[in-house]
Amino acid sequence: MTPKRQQRLFALLGLVVLAGVALGLTLYALRANINLFFSPVQIAMGEAPLERQIRAGGLVKEGSVTRDPQSLDVDFVVTDYVEEVEVIYSGILPDLFREGQGVVVVGKLESDGRIYADKVLARHDENYMPPEVAKALEEAGYTPSDYQQKAARVAERLAVPTSEGE
Amino acid sequence: MWAIVHKFGSPQWFYRLSCRLEPWCWVLAALSLGAGGVWGLALAPADYQQGESFRIIYVHVPAALLAQSVFIAMALASLVFMVWKIKVADMAAAVMAPFGAAMTFTALFSGAVWGVPTWGTWWVWDARLTSMLILLFLYLGVIALRGAFSSRQSGARAASVLAMVGVINIPIIKYSVEWWYTLHQSATFSLTERPAMPASMWLPLLIMVVGFYSFFAALTLLRVRSEILRREGDKRWVRALKEIPS
Repeated sequence: MTPKRQQRLFALLGLVVLAGVALGLTLYALRANINLFFSPVQIAMGEAPLERQIRAGGLVKEGSVTRDPQSLDVDFVVTDYVEEVEVIYSGILPDLFREGQGVVVVGKLESDGRIYADKVLARHDENYMPPEVAKALEEAGYTPSDYQQKAARVAERLAVPTSEGE
Repeated sequence: MWAIVHKFGSPQWFYRLSCRLEPWCWVLAALSLGAGGVWGLALAPADYQQGESFRIIYVHVPAALLAQSVFIAMALASLVFMVWKIKVADMAAAVMAPFGAAMTFTALFSGAVWGVPTWGTWWVWDARLTSMLILLFLYLGVIALRGAFSSRQSGARAASVLAMVGVINIPIIKYSVEWWYTLHQSATFSLTERPAMPASMWLPLLIMVVGFYSFFAALTLLRVRSEILRREGDKRWVRALKEIPS
């Protein structure tokens, strides 16, 4: 490699590295804002603003869904296995909504600690399987694990005692 | 060692090599896209939660993979062009950009169509979706920048720098689902872990991925050849080609 080519190579690589560092620092500074939603841990720690449109996400707690038979009103608890938050919603739920399923709710957090949702989105995990396999796994006690790990990391950052050790 | 780089970079040598490789790429692409398509879209089992809409994965995942791989390939070709001034590398970078943009659009569009039944929304500004949209804009920027100069050399240089700097977006796309809370789920495929689905589901997906890659290879070889003919039309070996009746 001639010195001229070497110089060009290093100049270009240097440019890419510099741009990478700049972008990395920017993303680091914005890291909280890039999250699509607040997890129940963050809401419990007071990171989410009150009475403003926010998004909260987690898993629908098993056995927490209560529907009003007369209307479309539904309330349920969203959990990340560390903290919980109650959600009040009126409207049509996505097909994938069910207990134990990941959801993102869009709505206002009121001072009573509940979220009044305008919209509920279902969150899917990366596991796909035919119905027969799912049935077998369910009997063996399957839960989506990626979300749990991430919630545990956030809890660690915010220094909340996790319920896993109990 | 550098002699090999320059030999590979000679348009004439590349033209001959590509003539020999291209048919194999087309055959592999046709076979795997055909087999993977029928297997994935008709024979593979439906998902326990999403039902039939899960089959969008057989287009969405390969397209998204290609969108990112093509950008990396384009950036590498740009680097080779900028450092060693190899013309074929610039031609490759030039023909890859529209293909990559098309793949990015396919991934975004199939993802939006998939999002309606699964998530309950077409679009949400989460880190994965937004970084993919930025990738589409980067591709469009590279294409536009190349055409924005009156001299081909300046356009090629500007597009190369943008491609190389834009490659920073690729790890962001890849790790967005791990660094931040996103609506998009984590990766289905990884090199180190078992796939999060049974073989009857991931095998057709793998075949589709192979098919997309071979289609990309075949198309790139073909388009680089036509680019060579266009740019090197006055060279003696190219004129000699034209005299052969085809």
